[in-house]
Amino acid sequence: MANSNIFQIRTEEAPTLPAPVSTTGAIGWMRKNLFSSISNTILTFIGILLAYWIIAPFIQFAFVDAVWTGENREACLPQDGGHGGACWAYVEAYFPQFIYGRYPSAETWRVDIVYALFALLLVPLAIPSAPFKRTNAILFLVVFPIVAYFLLTGLVIGDTVVLPIVETAVWGGLLVTLVIAVTGIVASLPLGIALALGRRSQMPIIKLVSIIFIEFWRGVPLITVLFMSSVMLPLFLPEGVTFDKLLRVLIGVTLFSAAYMAEVVRGGLQAIPKGQYEGAMALGLRFWPMMYLIVLPQALKLVIPGIVNTFIGLFKDTTLVLIVGMFDLLGQIQSSFTDPTWSTPSQGHTGYLFAAIVFFVFCFGMSRYSIFMENKLHTGHKR
Amino acid sequence: MSVMEQDSAGAPARASLMNDPKVRGYFYQMLLVVLLLTFGYIIVTNTVANLERQNIASGWGFIENTAGFGIIQSLVPYAETSSYGRAIFVGFLNTVLVAVVGIFFATIIGFLVGIARLSNNWVISRIAYCYVELVRNVPLLLQIFFWYFAVLRAVPGKREKWSLFDTFHLNIAGLRGPKPIWEPGAEFIGYALIIAIVASIFVSRWARKRQEETGQQFPVFWTGLGLIVGLPVITYFVTGMPMTLEHPNFIETGPALRRGFELGVGINLIPEFLALTAALAIYTAAFIAEIVRAGIQAVSHGQTEASHALGLRQGPTLRLVIIPQAMRVIIPPLTSQYLNLTKNSSLAVAIAFPDLVSVGGTVLNQTGQAIEIIGIWMAVYLSLSLITSAFMNWYNQRMALVER
Repeated sequence: MANSNIFQIRTEEAPTLPAPVSTTGAIGWMRKNLFSSISNTILTFIGILLAYWIIAPFIQFAFVDAVWTGENREACLPQDGGHGGACWAYVEAYFPQFIYGRYPSAETWRVDIVYALFALLLVPLAIPSAPFKRTNAILFLVVFPIVAYFLLTGLVIGDTVVLPIVETAVWGGLLVTLVIAVTGIVASLPLGIALALGRRSQMPIIKLVSIIFIEFWRGVPLITVLFMSSVMLPLFLPEGVTFDKLLRVLIGVTLFSAAYMAEVVRGGLQAIPKGQYEGAMALGLRFWPMMYLIVLPQALKLVIPGIVNTFIGLFKDTTLVLIVGMFDLLGQIQSSFTDPTWSTPSQGHTGYLFAAIVFFVFCFGMSRYSIFMENKLHTGHKR
Repeated sequence: MSVMEQDSAGAPARASLMNDPKVRGYFYQMLLVVLLLTFGYIIVTNTVANLERQNIASGWGFIENTAGFGIIQSLVPYAETSSYGRAIFVGFLNTVLVAVVGIFFATIIGFLVGIARLSNNWVISRIAYCYVELVRNVPLLLQIFFWYFAVLRAVPGKREKWSLFDTFHLNIAGLRGPKPIWEPGAEFIGYALIIAIVASIFVSRWARKRQEETGQQFPVFWTGLGLIVGLPVITYFVTGMPMTLEHPNFIETGPALRRGFELGVGINLIPEFLALTAALAIYTAAFIAEIVRAGIQAVSHGQTEASHALGLRQGPTLRLVIIPQAMRVIIPPLTSQYLNLTKNSSLAVAIAFPDLVSVGGTVLNQTGQAIEIIGIWMAVYLSLSLITSAFMNWYNQRMALVER
């Protein structure tokens, strides 16, 4: 080969050049996501302006102009007219009321224990990898409600007062919100499962009764249910028998959320392939063993996100009890506005902001958990 | 029993009657019926006894009695001398009004936010995300209180106002705007509108037929818009402008107590209505936004690519390929959100907007007819939700994918 010397053969790899600056890092990201075209650039600036209009006054109100300490309204009165900033001193002064309502302050340790037990049992139950799920669930769903009931209402054995009785009329604030939401969900779960099974039953009368029950409660607003339980329920009872107001509300809320729960559980039951039922029957299992050994464990695991979402809805809806004259967190805040000691122009804004933050933290946390569980549970069913 | 034993002796393999699923089924159903009947009987006897003790005559006679209370907003003539039945009807109409206005705005905001959530623009999609998460996770009642007590109480007092274009005025008594006054001849504008709508339906049918036959397209949207807007406007001028606007009259001089807006001039939207519709629309819009986002994401990207490959531009791709398929996913949950909004409008009672529940509650307090009033509430809301689910079933059947 005479010409072989004009070929050049590279013996080592050419150095890898970095990607152009305009496509990587912060600049590349901004070019791609913020300024990819003229209209996009305009949108970006409109968006930033909009965010500024909302966030700046909010920060001004909640932090810059806010009053953090003080004894009474004098501290929070705006100096130069206008509305002034948030009056966090008022929230601080009212904090025990927002958490316990008018629960006697000597007895609030009982509420604290219930809160602590609740958290202690719920957290390991919510973490999928934590051990002793069955024991934990029994403790949470059976033992905890009984303990909490006696801790909160009081315990008298014979003539000895172990724990002084506390009327439910003085309960309030976050305590009532949590009691209604948690009891509503825990009590509606078995009822909801029964209704869901009834709706899928082969027996026409049971199926019809379940459908009527579910569609009735799903079709009416919660507020009419609450009116019904506070006005109509006493009419249904024999003479001389009266119900506690909180208990009446709990019954209404439970029946209402049972209907929603039934639809969630039904979704889970429908997702279980027919082979599971047939396999269970081939093993010689009867209806109930088949349900609680084979079908329900799978179905309920699938609908955990749905149950959490129902719980979020119920948690938000507990605020409605203030319309029938009970003091949940929002009701307690609303009633604190009548106190002249803290009456300032910014009191209402501060109170609502505090309520919004509390509800947001709870609900947003739960919705994140629901999404987390959804991603975790989907793995087996995705193709 | 002996008869049955003889029967089973003839067929040796037959199991005991107790284990026959059919017989057990009948037994359980009978048990349920008996339980329900007993339960119903106990409730009815207790209720009758309780009502007798409280001297409440059950029945619908009270409907005819004079109500004797005022209602701050009514769509039909109502006075304190009207009957309870009339009052409840006014409340029902107010519920419908709030629901319709709320649904209108919730749909617009919801679709805008849902599309913004999918935007390529990071700022826009983040803002939409924050809106959805903030609004969804705060109770509706708190939002109603916020709008009513915190926002609408912070506007100027009765003797002052904030104005927009000198047409709409906001103060603590509500939002005032011009009211159209119809004069004789105005009915022709209505006729023109009807004719325009009918004509645009015909145009769109003709255009579709022509496109199927010849492939030529026709600007149906612009023709329809021109017809529907243009024809009534032309009629308005041809008939000699039979409509005038009555502007609210703001009195700024004279005795201090007389200052402010003159009553009954122009349209006034009361603050209760504004707060309720704003809160309902904003709250429901967050849920609608998520539905819209899920619906658009449910249409696979291959559809867009295939449509581009067929030579369709971005606009026709959206209009002819993406939206029809997304709507199939969107509409069923959307209707249930509309129903939720209607049911949530019952929270009006918390700020004393006279809706069905609020007016009914007043009647209940005055007459003590708890069963009848709660019966009316339940009947109204139940029939609304049954009508909605009937529509949804019909729509699902119509829209269901026709597969080979």
